[in-house]
Amino acid sequence: MTDADDLRRRTAELLAAHPPATTDRLEFLRARFDAGLAWVHFPEGLGGLDAPRSLQAVVDAELEGTGAPDNDPGRIGIGLGMAAPTILRFGTDEQKQRFLRPLWTGEEVWCQLFSEPGAGSDLAALATRAVREGGAEAGTGGDWIVDGQKVWTSSAHLARWAILIARTDPDVPKHRGISYFVCDMTDPGVEVRPLRQITGEAEFNEVFLTGVRIPDAHRLGAVGEGWKVAQTTLMNERVAIGGARAPREGGMIGIAAADWRARPELRTHDLHQRLLKLWVEAEVARLTGERLRQQLTMGQPGPEGSGMKLAFARLAQEISGWEVEFLAEDGLTYDDWTMRRPDGVDFTGREAGYRYLRAKGNSIEGGTSEVLLNIVAERVLGLPPEPRTDKDVAWKDLPR
Amino acid sequence: MNDGTTLPGADPDLLYSEDEDALRAAVRSLLADRSDPATVLAGLESDVAYDTGLWHSLATEIGTAGLLVPEKLGGAGASAREAAVVLEETGRSVAPVPFLTSAVIAVTALLGCDHGRAEVAAPLAALAEGRTVGVLAVPLPTAPGGLPEPASVRADANGALTGRVTSVADAAAAELLLVPAQGPDGPALYAVEASADGVRTDTVTPLDLTRPLGHLTFDGAPGRLLATGDRARATLDRALLTGAGLLASEQLGIAEWCLAETVRHTAARTQFGRPVGSFQALKHRMAALWLEVASARAAARNAADALATGSPDAPVAVAVAQAYCAPVAVRAAQECVQLHGGIGMTWEHPAHLFLKRAKSDELALGSPGRHRDALAGLVGIAAP
Repeated sequence: MTDADDLRRRTAELLAAHPPATTDRLEFLRARFDAGLAWVHFPEGLGGLDAPRSLQAVVDAELEGTGAPDNDPGRIGIGLGMAAPTILRFGTDEQKQRFLRPLWTGEEVWCQLFSEPGAGSDLAALATRAVREGGAEAGTGGDWIVDGQKVWTSSAHLARWAILIARTDPDVPKHRGISYFVCDMTDPGVEVRPLRQITGEAEFNEVFLTGVRIPDAHRLGAVGEGWKVAQTTLMNERVAIGGARAPREGGMIGIAAADWRARPELRTHDLHQRLLKLWVEAEVARLTGERLRQQLTMGQPGPEGSGMKLAFARLAQEISGWEVEFLAEDGLTYDDWTMRRPDGVDFTGREAGYRYLRAKGNSIEGGTSEVLLNIVAERVLGLPPEPRTDKDVAWKDLPR
Repeated sequence: MNDGTTLPGADPDLLYSEDEDALRAAVRSLLADRSDPATVLAGLESDVAYDTGLWHSLATEIGTAGLLVPEKLGGAGASAREAAVVLEETGRSVAPVPFLTSAVIAVTALLGCDHGRAEVAAPLAALAEGRTVGVLAVPLPTAPGGLPEPASVRADANGALTGRVTSVADAAAAELLLVPAQGPDGPALYAVEASADGVRTDTVTPLDLTRPLGHLTFDGAPGRLLATGDRARATLDRALLTGAGLLASEQLGIAEWCLAETVRHTAARTQFGRPVGSFQALKHRMAALWLEVASARAAARNAADALATGSPDAPVAVAVAQAYCAPVAVRAAQECVQLHGGIGMTWEHPAHLFLKRAKSDELALGSPGRHRDALAGLVGIAAP
């Protein structure tokens, strides 16, 4: 078993053999991957050493301050957070060998082709079709031909690969007829169009898939088992929430409080009362996140994580709305409507009007607040589910 | 002026320790046996102010009366963190016991005085052992830092007290009264026996039947001087701050019971051919309440930990906890009544006990608005 001392020794060897000051960035990242120091909990040969996940912190601490480049995790978050764990669990040996190294080094950016215009929170209602060439009877091994449209795709314009779910059998109930693929974004049938949003910028894309050919070797998991594979992806998406620590008055409430202190001429009693209320709620949300973090550290994960996104979304909307109102005449202006294509989301960097508009997405993206409330009610509180009419009906017979 | 960004020195511990879990189990088991809501309801219409037998068991058998008192002074030497756990449980069962008033507020007041003196040490030991019930004679809505000056009671050079204090919680149950008064040399704190000549207690009919209120009138009542001047002021403030901070845990317990009962009821109650708890309109209300309860737990634990560790952040932690937890308890109790439908507004169903306690607690030791006003000064968000 690899322990902390072993990891320190291996990190020192990596740095000795590839001094960051004289080594090309990509070369260093590849060497780090090959040394098993990329994600230590992954298997040997795939960037890891089969070590406990918590020991990654040892490697990161050893590399800090040495000038070693990182793999820009913010830019390749979908690959790291969603594609990689899914490939590790469901991929073939060939798929793991082919995809994981360039994914981790950032040479290849990934995106996620899940959401569709006609299937938002009801993701399993998706209509993008994947048909085996020569028909279903053509046996195994033939290419799949994919037709459909995806939406809300971050990084699609930068991506080399995508994880894709598509319907392979319309004659069975909707969750059972889905398969999971890796899609080549350079295929001529893939068209990426910027999706301009309420803020004026195009942070997401629409992706049109027309006769896209995917070899069967790029399927993850069994035919018709794609929903199960997608659950792994989605669970890993939620793991990311609630881990970070924030100081008091961190994030949006800090900006609002700073505005209040800087602009005494704009203060009113009503705005004062509302700001204090929001300040209390932001502080309590911070404490709730801190309590969740302490529970995780003690190995007692609580269900609070499911609720943190709800609280974050509501607060972001209320605080930014307060801020626009407080700024009075300045609140009537906007910094820039030029269409931009940002690499990530800027939640606090731009002015109040942008934050107010961008926050509208917080209660929709990654699961609407309404769907999250259902999840809390059914999985945390154990309330009975609503009756469903779509469970045992073939997808093709569902009203759409 | 604070710019609001100063962080508390040490990281607060927001979890429960094993000892705290064990204490909770003991208190919960006693309250489940002896103070289920039906028993509380039956006892309310009797003439006694609270359940004397239940308080005796809780105070002496489990030893909660002396939790906050150091061992060398006859107590258990525990901290505000443990007292908070007891309050979660007494809140969860709306137990009619004077734990908050006697074991938390009165004890903290005595601890703030010079307990090397017999006048202080003797009543402290009596309170710690559960032999005596004591209360701080201030109106229940008094917020930390909010005592009226001059006090509504005056003391002459011989310690004879004259004046009136209204709406004192558990006054009728108390044998010992700790009375803030305007003495010959400024503010002071006196101890008065409730049975002494010149003390009259008029009970009033309270909104919250489980926490009786009384008006106290002093007419030359004999007082023993406990503290004077700045020490008296600081002592009172500490007692009220501790009371307010730990009241958040009682409010958490109330909200937890209301949510759990509402979920249980709506999952079982069938209307229109299915459990009402399966209707999305209701589920969303309960899920939103769950998030508020989970948040209230973090806020209440933070206040208890700040008080336990003597953190300089305690005034902020207490104000945040009170501003947040008080409305959550009220909302939880209101939702409990509403989502129970018809049965929820009857006398026989205990929901009303929790609503009355929650609403009364919202006013107690400073309303949410008072605590937000305090925060404005503490974190540098000045009024216009």
